Amino acid sequence: MTASKRSLIPSFALGLLFGFGLCLSGMTQPPKVQGFLDIAGLWDPSLAFVMGGAVGIGMLAFFLSRRLERSLLGEPFSFSGDNGVDAQLLIGSAIFGVGWGLSGVCPGPAIVNLGLFDAKAAIFAAAMAAGMGLEKLFALRAHIKQPEEES
Amino acid sequence: MQIDWLHFSPWSALSGGALIGLAAGLCALLLGRVAGVSGILAGLIPPRPGDVAWRAAFIAGLLAAPAAFAMVHPLARPEFGSGPATLAVAGLLVGFGARLGSGCTSGHGVCGLSRLSLRSAVATATFMATAIVTVFLVRHVFQ
Repeated sequence: MTASKRSLIPSFALGLLFGFGLCLSGMTQPPKVQGFLDIAGLWDPSLAFVMGGAVGIGMLAFFLSRRLERSLLGEPFSFSGDNGVDAQLLIGSAIFGVGWGLSGVCPGPAIVNLGLFDAKAAIFAAAMAAGMGLEKLFALRAHIKQPEEES
Repeated sequence: MQIDWLHFSPWSALSGGALIGLAAGLCALLLGRVAGVSGILAGLIPPRPGDVAWRAAFIAGLLAAPAAFAMVHPLARPEFGSGPATLAVAGLLVGFGARLGSGCTSGHGVCGLSRLSLRSAVATATFMATAIVTVFLVRHVFQ
């Protein structure tokens, strides 16, 4: 059994759990997300609690992972160092933030909402996939290095 | 600043966040992978041989999540505040920007901050800042 096949069921279960958390947290509701980003209007601080809960549990797991040679399913860890800050990181993140603010949707909730067979969610998800494809072409033409696996 | 007490939902936010962190943490411990949704999806555009199955399975799990959630708790349909054209532009920016910046809210925000990555902290601060400015412009300047 290849590594990829062995991780098939855990991957599905983890996607399901991740999406379940997104539904419970309110992240799948664009107005809720924009309510958090709207600090000058009526501000809904809920998303700070989502982040707090996620990073609190996440820190524990990433701390534990440092004590292991390989993952519990025997895979090598694909995350390690910190590559430092560069213009590509800043420009990309800035562009991402504009799209996120404009719509109230980031990639996780975009896919979860697609699972509800919503027309607007489908438009967003298709455009997002196109944006990813465009970036790949742009990176190839501009000879920009693409990190293999970070996010 | 005025708090929106009507919509403030600390408990579902905190417990939903904890589930997200649990999924991301288990992804690291079991698969040795960072659960960054944009990175997992982008690996399928175009698909790379030998690396497709786990990515497709994770995305399938995300797609199945609302149906599973609706079995235990009522789930409201998403209400988009913007029209199709705006959503298309926003989607392009989200997809392009997340890849150029090598991460989104899950990869840099949840996983990056959890593993104390400076790079991810800078990315998170950057997209939070431009998202806040965008919402400010849309809601309070161009309205």
